[in-house]
Amino acid sequence: MVLTGAEIVIRCLQEEKVEYIFGYPGGSVLHIYDELFKQDKIKHILVRHEQAAVHAADAYSRSSHKVGVCMVTSGPGVTNAVTGIATAYTDSIPMVVISGQAPTHMIGQDAFQECDTVGITRPCVKHNFLVKDVKDLAVTIKKAFYIAQSGRPGPVLVDVPKDLGVDKCEFDYPKSVTIRSYNPATKGHSGQIKKAVQLLLEAKRPLIYAGGGIILSNTADRLTKLAHMLEVPVTNTLMGLGGFPATDKQNLGMLGMHGTYEANMAMQHADVLLAIGARFDDRVIGHPEDFASVPRKIIHVDIDPSSIAKRVKVDVPIVGNLNEVLDELIAQLKASEGKVEPKALASWWKDIDGWRKKDSLKYKMGKEIIMPQYVIEKLYEVTGGEAIVTSDVGQHQMWAAQYYKFDKPRRWLNSGGLGTMGYGLPAAMGAIFANPKTPVACVTGEGSIQMNIQEMSTCKQFRLPVKIVNLNNRYLGMVRQWQEMFYGNRYSESYVDALPDFVKLAEAYGHVGMQITKPADVEPALREAFVKHKNELVFLDFLTDPTANVYPMVANGKGLSEMVLAEDL
Amino acid sequence: MRHLISILLENEAGALARISGLFSARGYNIESLTVAPTEDPSMSRMTIVSIGSDDVIEQITKQLNKLIDVIKVVDLSEAAHVERELMLIKVRAVGKDREEMKRMADIFRGNIIDVTDSTYLVELTGDSVKLDAFIGAIDNDLILETVRTGVCGVGRGDRILKA
Repeated sequence: MVLTGAEIVIRCLQEEKVEYIFGYPGGSVLHIYDELFKQDKIKHILVRHEQAAVHAADAYSRSSHKVGVCMVTSGPGVTNAVTGIATAYTDSIPMVVISGQAPTHMIGQDAFQECDTVGITRPCVKHNFLVKDVKDLAVTIKKAFYIAQSGRPGPVLVDVPKDLGVDKCEFDYPKSVTIRSYNPATKGHSGQIKKAVQLLLEAKRPLIYAGGGIILSNTADRLTKLAHMLEVPVTNTLMGLGGFPATDKQNLGMLGMHGTYEANMAMQHADVLLAIGARFDDRVIGHPEDFASVPRKIIHVDIDPSSIAKRVKVDVPIVGNLNEVLDELIAQLKASEGKVEPKALASWWKDIDGWRKKDSLKYKMGKEIIMPQYVIEKLYEVTGGEAIVTSDVGQHQMWAAQYYKFDKPRRWLNSGGLGTMGYGLPAAMGAIFANPKTPVACVTGEGSIQMNIQEMSTCKQFRLPVKIVNLNNRYLGMVRQWQEMFYGNRYSESYVDALPDFVKLAEAYGHVGMQITKPADVEPALREAFVKHKNELVFLDFLTDPTANVYPMVANGKGLSEMVLAEDL
Repeated sequence: MRHLISILLENEAGALARISGLFSARGYNIESLTVAPTEDPSMSRMTIVSIGSDDVIEQITKQLNKLIDVIKVVDLSEAAHVERELMLIKVRAVGKDREEMKRMADIFRGNIIDVTDSTYLVELTGDSVKLDAFIGAIDNDLILETVRTGVCGVGRGDRILKA
């Protein structure tokens, strides 16, 4: 069947069973948008800024395990999308971005809305393609979907010059594709897995440290099974929250810069550390020399060999897909009939219970002023822990991570690696498209929300009942916290002046707005939002304590055991 | 430590940029880089000379392997290998220097491939140390131009890098 390039793009996306494209039209993608108009299998979600399209596609993927798809025009369409693409890349989110490009005969001549898309996005995609011949279009899109979701996932961009949209060729969508230079690891090395099992069984103070890889590979159930078999403590990274139930008694909570006392202390006292799908990020292990000064054996399981031995020395590296590695680890463990020595394990748990007594997440409740932590606790209660929570970046993000207990994977969506303010609201949109029946809350701050606030318009158009939980402390809170702790209280440019009236703003966009100023009103307001206004977007503007800080905190460049706790102040 | 990293990659537009971009983005050092298609025109062979600790070189090879266009990577300096570099060096050759320059070229087994009344163009191949030695051995003021290709290398005997 002979089709135009524009028809081919749409047919390929249909073949990939794409339900939604998040995008924004423009000159160079008009042929494709025309084909989109003529069909009804794929729905297009028109955002108000390309960055939001990418974040929405990203969150659609994070909350569903499907590939997110977005489409943008050439030039500024692409440059606006770059932040979103880099966000997805840092967090390894499978995504396909279709971008328009100037016609092939004009590339390189500074054409209108031309930019070197492949060059600009190269460092923040898993791979990208510039298609120069319509005959290559179908196979390139097939490759893009294959690369995006195999191995360590990531965004793949396909740049399509405008003239390809009308060029014609025979369409034949390949069922599968092989790339001789790309063979992602699958099975882990059995010998290494055997060593890992031995180390774990000989351990006195074993700890599992699990990251976002658990979520990406859908292996939360396997991790939980393994942890229960071994009866060992588990800590999750920011990206791994939900990978092991937060309410499980073996869970120590999040670790790292704002991790719990017990999680960080366990990290520094464990003698065998099983790291799964995590990458020993600087926000997780603190100062690498301090981290390395503790004698411990490290088993590191990851699909990406370059994540292993990048920041810390590893004793047992295991490269492979977590599904297969965890299955074999569990099978070998079962076959060995071994147990971690009960006496040692009991003593280890005793240490941990001692650290837990610090109750490092406790905070002083005010009568007059709303504590931000309290809002998250109530959000957890009101939603029964069943909501999908997206966040922006800053203090509110850490509080959401600390106080909302995620028992299931794919419920917590945030920009963990790149730390992109403006992620939360478009992410909430993407999550709703993937999970129309699940309540979705966007925990944000008055700084972050304004970075993509225009998406309230998209929410109106598509009737997206996001509950925006705005922890409004009138400051860029995390910046203010660092200025308080490390810059002699010089609050350089961290006070957010001239804030809009968020209630009126929400109303202006056609939504419900509420401002909450008293602790006693927090829970009723949340109930009203989630029950009475279930099907509407509600902007909950909580005026919170402007002096509240996130604790515990490991200062930049310090070791994990050098935590500052709220009670120390 | 100096390492010779040999890469087999797809001969595609942008593949070189992906590799050079990786080095600059991650702060890795490139002493020299050579690349050309192989006997199979769909593939290119690249040799990169880089200086770094073992940890850094390990990361470099892992990161290179991660690139979709990269087919294979090997650190040639891990075992027996041969390396060569070509230099074209234009020197002033007048008066007594003319004779001297001819002699030096002979000693280093170079070829004089272009001659004018006042200049010689000397072609020299060898490992980088030999080329450095030639530059060191002649009067610096007589050097008019130096062009070096950068190092290319190959493993000895059965050490073969193939797709």
